Amino acid sequence: MFTMRANKAWGNAKTAAAERCAREGATRKVRSRDRLRKEIAHVLLLLVIIIPFVFPFLWMAVCSLKRQADIIRMPPSWVFRPTLLHYQEVFRQYQFTHFIWNSLVVAAGSTFLSLVLGLPAAYSIARFRQRKLALVILVARIVPGITFLIPWFILFSRLRLVDTYTSLILSHMLVGLPFMIWVMVPFFESLPKELEEAAMVDGSTRAGAFSRVLLPLTGPGVLTSSILSFVFSWNNFMFAVVLTGARTRTLPIAVFNFLSYSEINWGGLMAAAVVITVPILVIALIAQRYIVAGLTAGAVKG
Amino acid sequence: MLRGGWLDRNLRYVFPLPALVFVFVMMVFPIAYTLRLSTTEWSMSSMAPPSWVGAANYASLILSDDRFSGAVWRTFYFTILAVILETLLGVSIALALNREGRGRNLVKTVFLLPMVATPVAVGMVWLLIYEPTIGVANYFLSLLGLPPLHWLASPRQALPSLVLVDVWQWTPMITLIVLAALTALPRDPFEAALVDGATPWQTVRHVTLPLLRPAIVAAMTLRAIDALKTFDIIYTMTQGGPGFSSETLNIYSFVLGFQYFQMGKASALLMIFFAIVLGSAIVLSWARRPVEA
Repeated sequence: MFTMRANKAWGNAKTAAAERCAREGATRKVRSRDRLRKEIAHVLLLLVIIIPFVFPFLWMAVCSLKRQADIIRMPPSWVFRPTLLHYQEVFRQYQFTHFIWNSLVVAAGSTFLSLVLGLPAAYSIARFRQRKLALVILVARIVPGITFLIPWFILFSRLRLVDTYTSLILSHMLVGLPFMIWVMVPFFESLPKELEEAAMVDGSTRAGAFSRVLLPLTGPGVLTSSILSFVFSWNNFMFAVVLTGARTRTLPIAVFNFLSYSEINWGGLMAAAVVITVPILVIALIAQRYIVAGLTAGAVKG
Repeated sequence: MLRGGWLDRNLRYVFPLPALVFVFVMMVFPIAYTLRLSTTEWSMSSMAPPSWVGAANYASLILSDDRFSGAVWRTFYFTILAVILETLLGVSIALALNREGRGRNLVKTVFLLPMVATPVAVGMVWLLIYEPTIGVANYFLSLLGLPPLHWLASPRQALPSLVLVDVWQWTPMITLIVLAALTALPRDPFEAALVDGATPWQTVRHVTLPLLRPAIVAAMTLRAIDALKTFDIIYTMTQGGPGFSSETLNIYSFVLGFQYFQMGKASALLMIFFAIVLGSAIVLSWARRPVEA
């Protein structure tokens, strides 16, 4: 009895010591295994989150490089002989260079004019606290765009401005200008008043202080609002579908028309979709920080 | 202060003037004109000039137009379903990323893409993905052992399929807003929760989410206002069909105005639509107020 207990105690002590010894080595192993497991779980989590958001872009690109026969094959083929045929179609047969030019002119024009009108207005709202004015302009964020479209269509038809850059640029400014003001008012508010006061003490006029002292400081704000105003215009479909004609058709309309031709040319459609999306995605990736700031502006400030 | 000349003294009027002229010509005047048109009977395709009919357009829409009441219902169905799904998903993703810390920048970059991509292009790709016979959506379902769906081809499934595209496109916005708000949260409440021995789930439930409430409500408000007005995706993918099964207020007013050229009735519809969006915006901003006070 006694010996048994002693033996047991001795055994326990032995295992305890052995355990302690082992534990020191093992903790490291267990810890690193734990970390590895966590790391793998983390990577898996990231993939689960990211893949659904990337997949449609990937699929667009893949299918734009497939022949029609490969596109309609089920189950879908991941290995295939890529072809640039559809891109040739898009540019030669459907004259996309022309539509790209139209979209560029309209997007650049409406962004530039929004800046010219928006910067002084934003400065004035910020410095003279013209809240009501700001409110009126922000109504454009709420009113459904199509409410404006019927009167515009009638007005522009009478003035023979349908199918001109003028009507398109003006209509796209409906999004660009309020957005410009929305981003720039808080920006000007954040610049210290002392800046222009100092310039005015030195003999500059207020208008001079604005153009020579403040404007050079607005870089980040102007960049944010210009990029997004350009993107909104480039993507605009509803206004363009009514106000463009044969001469001024922009990219989204050209792509949409692609669809309505009798039989769907999926490869060509995907190539056209890639052509219209890639410039925007490149801009977004380069100017990421500014775009996030712009898109979430207003929500974070509350 | 009056050192400058006339320009400086009148700067507060001169500077906003061009923008104001634009707002008047391109916004105020069109809304007033739409309001006036809404009380007339006018088909642009006929030669007859507009004739005044009072509230008849409103009455016929509200009382006897099934397409209108269907569109109202579908507009709210689309908006509410999309905003709820986007909020649940967007907040969960933001919280999951917040705890792990790394990989956030990668996700932020990826999440930008659906939001800025051209809606028409997005519509085209989803059209191919949803294609009942050659689309990958049904292929993925078959991999999971599920039966194929008709997606946009079926009146029952078209609107939910469009909601799914909206969720894909705009969940990222909620995630980005919540992530930005998360980095701005105070540390103290979390330390207190740690000291009190709260479990991670309790901390999220009782500390993080209440603190995030203003940001979440703001994000939902922005989303709701835009979702009510969704046009590009629906028009490019289904044009309201099959039948009228995905026709929302925006699509119906577009069809009335620019395919049937019934300018009077379309204008009345637009004024109602405007009132609905404005009303929703006001109700949603009330929801924000108690938190800010």
